Amino acid sequence: MKILVCCGSGLGSSFMIELNIKKILQEMQVEAEVDHTDLSSAAAEKADIYVGTRDIAGQLLCLGGRVISLNSMIDITELREKLGVVLGVPVGKV
Amino acid sequence: MLAKLLNEDTVRVLVECGEWKTALRAGGNLLVSKNYLKEEYIDAIIANHQKLGPYMVVAPGIVLAHARPEDGVLQLSLSLITLKYPVAFGNDINDPVALVITLGATDHNSHLEALVQLMELLMKKEDVEKIMNANHQEEVLQIIRQYSRVT
Repeated sequence: MKILVCCGSGLGSSFMIELNIKKILQEMQVEAEVDHTDLSSAAAEKADIYVGTRDIAGQLLCLGGRVISLNSMIDITELREKLGVVLGVPVGKV
Repeated sequence: MLAKLLNEDTVRVLVECGEWKTALRAGGNLLVSKNYLKEEYIDAIIANHQKLGPYMVVAPGIVLAHARPEDGVLQLSLSLITLKYPVAFGNDINDPVALVITLGATDHNSHLEALVQLMELLMKKEDVEKIMNANHQEEVLQIIRQYSRVT
């Protein structure tokens, strides 16, 4: 499974979200490849799950994977919940 | 690493800005005046914000302003300013912004270490609040030093 985090430039926010996703996957004991990139390169990279902040998530919808839209990129609770839903891991179990 | 980049030259508190563009300029100018960024880098940040939407407002009250290395970064740099009067950036959930962090990255990797430390700070609500409420630069620098490590 591949999770791709996208932001406008692929330098700042997407990397920060990637770090948190890796932390959560470890807690959930789920294995996945996680990477980050900018919006314009995202289309060329196939992923099962695309993650972006709310205002760019709309542009990820047409890429063929599931999309997670985040209100805050530093809110690990929000990320954990939304990732849990997509991965089918109940939040209470973590 | 974080304290090396965020220091007496690059941190300001209670900056007065009327709107989002002046807030971005105020944060960027700290780095332009040190010759870390070219002036046009700030233009690129503003253009990004207009083109892609307010995605750089990464959390409630916090904007992480940046463009790309080729837009005019001369040296890896960060600045942090708090706004005396928070301003709207057009992000209905996370507005108004009271903390403007400007990042100038020279490539895709050299800034990541500082960014990790910065994020540890941003995820600690109490410390973010202390920074937003700080009346003196030294209060902010003290908090930054707690998160700064040499790795």
